[in-house]
Amino acid sequence: MAAKSDGKRHTSAGNLSFRGWRRENGRVGVRNHVIVLPLDDLSNAASEAVANNIKGAMALPHAYGRLQFGADLDLFFRTLIGTGSNPNVAAVVVIGIEDGWTKRVVDGIAHTGKPVVGFGIEGHGDIATVAKASYKAKEFLHWASELEREECPISDLWVSTKCGESDTTTGLASCPTVGNMYDKLIPKGITGVFGETSEITGAEHIAQSRAIDARIGEKWMKVFQAYQDEVIEAHKVDNLMDSQPTKGNIAGGLTTIEEKALGNLEKIGRNCRYIEVLEPAEMPAAGPGLYYMDTSSAAAECVTLMAAAGYVVHTFPTGQGNIIGNPIVPVIKISGNPRTVRTMAEHIDVDVSGILRRELTLDGAGDALIDMVIRTANGRLTAAEALGHREFVMTKLYRSA
Amino acid sequence: MATPHFLVHSPKDNVGVVVVEGLRAGTDMLGVITATDKTLTLQASNDIPIGHKVALKPLKKGDTVIKYGEDIGRMTADAAAGEHVHVQNLKTNRW
Repeated sequence: MAAKSDGKRHTSAGNLSFRGWRRENGRVGVRNHVIVLPLDDLSNAASEAVANNIKGAMALPHAYGRLQFGADLDLFFRTLIGTGSNPNVAAVVVIGIEDGWTKRVVDGIAHTGKPVVGFGIEGHGDIATVAKASYKAKEFLHWASELEREECPISDLWVSTKCGESDTTTGLASCPTVGNMYDKLIPKGITGVFGETSEITGAEHIAQSRAIDARIGEKWMKVFQAYQDEVIEAHKVDNLMDSQPTKGNIAGGLTTIEEKALGNLEKIGRNCRYIEVLEPAEMPAAGPGLYYMDTSSAAAECVTLMAAAGYVVHTFPTGQGNIIGNPIVPVIKISGNPRTVRTMAEHIDVDVSGILRRELTLDGAGDALIDMVIRTANGRLTAAEALGHREFVMTKLYRSA
Repeated sequence: MATPHFLVHSPKDNVGVVVVEGLRAGTDMLGVITATDKTLTLQASNDIPIGHKVALKPLKKGDTVIKYGEDIGRMTADAAAGEHVHVQNLKTNRW
């Protein structure tokens, strides 16, 4: 396979690098988006109008932001501010229904040093707000379009992972391919993350043992148990069949959550240890290495949280063909299911079905993925980007007030 | 080596995963244990879709099903070696 030999070339070089945009705070992005970020559901229309006026600016509509409180509100702000702060974003226009919380998001993003401005709609109306915000978005876009990529060491790359519409081929091929990538790149100083708390059920003894030390392992187990007690056990009406595992998982041959969890954990390879346990959308602060983030297994929710934590490239193994993307982070699809690779070819970036035929080794597949991660960081659009997948989905902890 | 019909994660496993499309009942299957590269043969008792599991030995109702060398649930009905193992005869121990 061509990808296999390309991968070998990169990994044997030793000094891996990519070309990205180094932002004001030192973090490196691989995309250069100017985004229009609605504070709340009410501001989606104005934000989308601005993005329609200014070609190249992108609106990120979402469903929430009103009457949230407590931990749910904290997570909401962390997600919104984290999204604007992500180094794949060059500059941000925030539009909110009122000035107070709009300013809270603007101030949060401003800590990165990047250009950010906010507009409140009340007292002005949509039309005047759209006009003012459009002038600003155009100014930001001209500025961002002249920023240049520079050579950066691989240690500047933050790479997240989460799988979706898994089947038994993900545990055999695409998830261990991601694990092989992490086993090779974490020692080179990248920052990684995995999550999906409900989807470790049945493999929690293995996940706990992969912590860097006993304290982090115990911290992880507390997070795992809280999800079991406060989310699953508190709300379940059956054994979650068709939800977790999903209908698609079951069609693909996965029968139980334990089986799904064991395949899921293949994504962290053989040698990696996670060094810290993160809240949803929390930015890693313990230096390079692999992190765990407490997330659901719903693809768009999870990738949105990881993007809000600052990850710039996402690796996404799929069996049955989850087609998810993200507005600001390129999502690389890896599949080992030959039927999916054939019937949904336009969605797959890295074909590792050769592992099932014993034509491709895990080492070769890992190298092919590393090659695709670097090509994507350098600017190659992923299948999800080319197909316009921009799923931006907030995680909601409970009903609004 | 010929292309395998099914793969097995661990030598401890009592199920394998069919990795070819359109597998028909009666097929003499070649399997590989990925952890050891050891091969084995088995005749399929059912048509088994790609990605679905096959019993490597006779399994009784109540038996623990082992995959990745780990417990993935229990049998709710008997299955002979070569039989399809899925929601009709395997259930989670959790939730």
